[in-house]
Amino acid sequence: MLMVKLFFSFIWVGLFSVGGGYAAIPLIQDQIVHIHHLMTMEEFSDLVTVAEMTPGPISINSATFVGMRTAGVYGVLLCTIGCIIPSFCICLTLAYFYYKYRTVSGVQVVLGALRPAVVALIASAGASILTLGLFQAELYDIVFSQLRIVELVIFVGALVILRKYKTSAVAIIFGSGVVGTLAYGLMGAI
Amino acid sequence: MKKDYSKLWILFRSMFVLSACTFGGGFVIVSLMKKKYVEELAWLEEDEMLDVTAITQSAPGPLPVNASVIIGYRIAGVVGALTAILGTILPPMVIISVISLFYEQFRTNPYIATALQVMRAGVAAVIFDVVINLAGNVVKTGRFLYMTMMVVAFVSTYFLGVSAMLIILVCLGIGLADLFLDLKKNNTYKNKENKKGRV
Repeated sequence: MLMVKLFFSFIWVGLFSVGGGYAAIPLIQDQIVHIHHLMTMEEFSDLVTVAEMTPGPISINSATFVGMRTAGVYGVLLCTIGCIIPSFCICLTLAYFYYKYRTVSGVQVVLGALRPAVVALIASAGASILTLGLFQAELYDIVFSQLRIVELVIFVGALVILRKYKTSAVAIIFGSGVVGTLAYGLMGAI
Repeated sequence: MKKDYSKLWILFRSMFVLSACTFGGGFVIVSLMKKKYVEELAWLEEDEMLDVTAITQSAPGPLPVNASVIIGYRIAGVVGALTAILGTILPPMVIISVISLFYEQFRTNPYIATALQVMRAGVAAVIFDVVINLAGNVVKTGRFLYMTMMVVAFVSTYFLGVSAMLIILVCLGIGLADLFLDLKKNNTYKNKENKKGRV
């Protein structure tokens, strides 16, 4: 019964979390804490912290975390599979139609208007992460005197390296983690 | 559309690595995918990657999973989609399963906290690198409408916190209006040609 509950809860989450990972959090909270009482609110807030601190999509992270805590490895499998079934079916259908009609000139005109929007959305995500990186605060809570110099140097350095050489993104991300941690370690700030 | 099963292993491996390294929201992985599949492997065109991003944003579910389904489908049909989705979900499943067992230590470790904080600067650099190329291409289209839309969309999401979904919907509306005007213009042009032809 627990397994069935978990599976359908996450199909529900996968189906209705439109607009990225943060949309999924209140849905998961509803299903797991309020409706099925599988976790307490405290455990749930740990889940959100861990899901944000680790790589991977927030909803997959949450599905795994909930699955592991409530029903072990089988729980992990059921929750994750439940969470991706709606995505898989819907996106496969959309991909089919996109590749069938994308060369039609009318479709090109409409898609052409979506592209600048997508560039802006990616830029905005980058700007938000940079704000968090440089000030450890959201945009409207930043204090300019708390600018973190190490992060600023890493950001500028990484960007210069990326523009000049074709470096892999993964190397840049882990490289900045290592350099930054070493820098703070040497400064005795950890 | 050609299916290429020989690419399945590279597809799985690249999705696995990208998913294992994506800190932050869905648009981070989209920048990484753009770098990998458009710039490094040349499997997709740049416009195609942007279209895929718009589609994944409008569909329900986690953005990285949606994007991997569409890119996988593009490379090797349904088998490709399954391969890509497996590559995307395996790293978080393994990492979280392990962490969920001792997350108290993980959450309070100061070294992990520092590394995660400074990695944001690296992630931001990768996204800005991708954005510089993408924005350059929007400017190259020479359409004032597109440049304005890009700036307004950026200000609305970053400074005003407007949801990505709403931005996509409004731009979809503008695209449809653009198409309508385009068709109308072509029709009047054709009618004029016809009249000329008769004289």
